[in-house]
Amino acid sequence: MSSTAPLHLAAEIGGPPRYDPGHYTGLARLAEHGALDFVTLGDSFARPGPDALAVLSRVAPATGRIGLVPTVTTTHTEPFHVSSAVATLDWVSRGRAGWQADVSTTGAEARLFGRRPAAPADELWREAGDSAEAGARLWDSWEDDAEIRDVATGRFIDRDKLHYIDFEGASFTVRGPAIVPRPPQGRPVIVVDGTSGPARETAARHADVVLVRATTPEQAAGARTDLRRRAAAYGRGPGALRVLVALTVDLGDAETAPEPGLESGPPLAAGGSYYRGGPVDLAELITRWHRGGAADGFHLTPITPGRDLERIVNGTVALLQHRSLFRTFYPGGTLREHLGLARPANRYAFEGGRA
Amino acid sequence: MSTATRQMHLAAHFPGVNNTTVWADPRSKSQIDFSSFEHLARTAERGRFDFFFLAEGLRLREHNGRIHDLDVVGRPESLTVLAALAAVTDRLGLAATVNATFNEPYELARRLATLDHLSEGRAAWNVVTSFDAFTGENFRRGGYLDRADRYTRAAEFVATARELWDSWTPDGTPRSFTHRGQHFAIEGEFTVPRSPQGHPVVIQAGDSPDGREFAASTADIVFTRHGTLESGREFYADVKARLAKYGREPGELKIMPGVTFVLGDSDAEAQELAAEIRLQQVSPQNALLALEQIWGRDLSAYDPDGPLPDIDPGPGSSLVQGRVGPGDVLAVAARWRALSKEKGLSIRQTVIETTGRQSFIGSPRTVAEQLTEFVAADAADGFILVPHLTPGGLDDFVDRVVPLLQERGVFRSEYTGPTLRSHLGLAEPVWKG
Ligand SMILES: Cc1cc2nc3c(=O)[nH]c(=O)nc-3n(C[C@H](O)[C@H](O)[C@H](O)COP(=O)(O)O)c2cc1C
Repeated sequence: MSSTAPLHLAAEIGGPPRYDPGHYTGLARLAEHGALDFVTLGDSFARPGPDALAVLSRVAPATGRIGLVPTVTTTHTEPFHVSSAVATLDWVSRGRAGWQADVSTTGAEARLFGRRPAAPADELWREAGDSAEAGARLWDSWEDDAEIRDVATGRFIDRDKLHYIDFEGASFTVRGPAIVPRPPQGRPVIVVDGTSGPARETAARHADVVLVRATTPEQAAGARTDLRRRAAAYGRGPGALRVLVALTVDLGDAETAPEPGLESGPPLAAGGSYYRGGPVDLAELITRWHRGGAADGFHLTPITPGRDLERIVNGTVALLQHRSLFRTFYPGGTLREHLGLARPANRYAFEGGRA
Repeated sequence: MSTATRQMHLAAHFPGVNNTTVWADPRSKSQIDFSSFEHLARTAERGRFDFFFLAEGLRLREHNGRIHDLDVVGRPESLTVLAALAAVTDRLGLAATVNATFNEPYELARRLATLDHLSEGRAAWNVVTSFDAFTGENFRRGGYLDRADRYTRAAEFVATARELWDSWTPDGTPRSFTHRGQHFAIEGEFTVPRSPQGHPVVIQAGDSPDGREFAASTADIVFTRHGTLESGREFYADVKARLAKYGREPGELKIMPGVTFVLGDSDAEAQELAAEIRLQQVSPQNALLALEQIWGRDLSAYDPDGPLPDIDPGPGSSLVQGRVGPGDVLAVAARWRALSKEKGLSIRQTVIETTGRQSFIGSPRTVAEQLTEFVAADAADGFILVPHLTPGGLDDFVDRVVPLLQERGVFRSEYTGPTLRSHLGLAEPVWKG
């Protein structure tokens, strides 16, 4: 990839559990002020915290441009409900929704539902892939022009433009079509943390944005090459994927750190790469890695969201913008546009109504 | 409180997936864009309504094996839209219809508690119990639930959700829960603290004896179709009488029929308008379809402006999927034929006569009077208004009828509290630690 490829930046706004909407709205607006591509909000059934998708839906009308990417897990949830909820987030945000798919591997999570025992990660990631696939088909199950409001024939929709998806996976089937019309982005953006082995295959096959953890630019570049190769094996084009380096950042209270750079940090929940230093040095690191073609961008998880996100936006991002390495405004309206990803053609429309 | 000043409750049903909604009207806008939801919700809040209501359907309706294409179809997922509406409203309650058959208590209790936090105490859940295999084809378990089990599951579902909502102490400490029952065996820790209302408000919609019993034992509101004075009073008396055996007072359960309305400058003008709306709701195509739903046969060759078929309905029709069936079709057909003969009505006219759901038609003054009378006569505690236009269908009601209700002192002029429970005059549930 050439060094002039646009840089993509995203930030996690979760942290210690909070239940007041103002907290999340404030952080999302701050990130939007920095013209970041999107914010993520992590979620799990296993630890205190609100439902992430609901929180970002609450945030949607209070923001205008920033992408909103909640984690929604696939192990104990219904794929049909998940796809409806994500499509709805896309409708209420007018095309800014994403979905970070994740799995629930623990026995504790399984006991909250009492429907099935815990299962190995590779099996659950295959199922997550099925959930993403069923979701994508449901999003396509209404063609964009299915609603016709044809007074002459009395028809509200053209039923030939609605499609049964008849999805059959290893652990579930879905008939379709969706109850939610095709969302503004066609398909909301799917994000997968592809760091772990079992997740990587699912990421290569289904994700639009893949997060990887790396401690050197070489490692990041290697992961990116690997992901693109695997994606190609699924028939996906080289431009279909954005690979972002996931970095936990602790911007402490120093403007610059005495020894800038990555450290292997304390064992954080998500594990992986950890940056401690100042906002200026973070900007240097981002520039260096991005120029070297190691990644399409970065997903930053501030260790203390209130403090560190402010430093990321007003320090790191401001500097990157000043150096013309990052945009100062949103040229488009949807998350796909921020990411430079095309609005997907509808697979059923492509079949010319044969489905 | 004397009968004359008894307060009524009002809710706004988002017009949508049904043939009440007139989509052919030039004023009809999107049923899916957020701006439509925002408009109706803001209007309802301007009118100081108790809550905003969303129905649910989990499979697109079919007719004769094909997707039904005449009525408005396509809607967003309720809880997600309501979370967004919490950002553009301050006081309005936000009620989502969510099926107890195709969800799990842990996840749904968490989503509802989250909505209650995000809206600062305005969440409500309308518990519905559709069970059919047709809907089940969209879900992991398929159509697994016997008709007889749907209310036992729903009742255990609500009870379990309340155990989860009570699992944090009021001072914010999570404690583990264990539930072992017929339908659920779950344990662990809930992730959301006790929410501003303690428990989101629970609404029930369903009419069978089991449904009424379920409502009496556990719901805060009943959403009913008994919208006429007579059947409303009957239903009201029946359901309220069931409360005592659960140790509940009549005021602890609000009965709110879903009703439509048509306003005009005069009663005569409103009647004229109502007739026009009926013609739009029952298009020639919709008339034949309504007929096919009773007859269970393809009747597309019939003229909607001609007479009813003289053949009898087919037995055990499964022509319609995704809708509650019409009951004894032979009896319905006989009734329709008699009516059509007596009044000389065509197919379309007969359908218009027999499927009418318009409840309140008249000048603002007439409608305000009728609504007041219904509440005074114990036919309802309030109304869930179903406008026929998206999203402006409530504008006239709020501008013209609400002020009259306020003048009469039967409806609030200002919200007196922040939560939906406070609008409804319901106490916060006691924490059962
Ligand atoms: C006024 C009313 C509104 C209803 N709304 C819905 C709805 O939005 N979604 C749904 O799946 N079922 C809805 N139902 C169906 C009920 O949940 C239930 O399945 C049905 O009424 C049969 O139950 P019953 O025999 O107790 O009446 C509604 C029922 C009534 C009476």
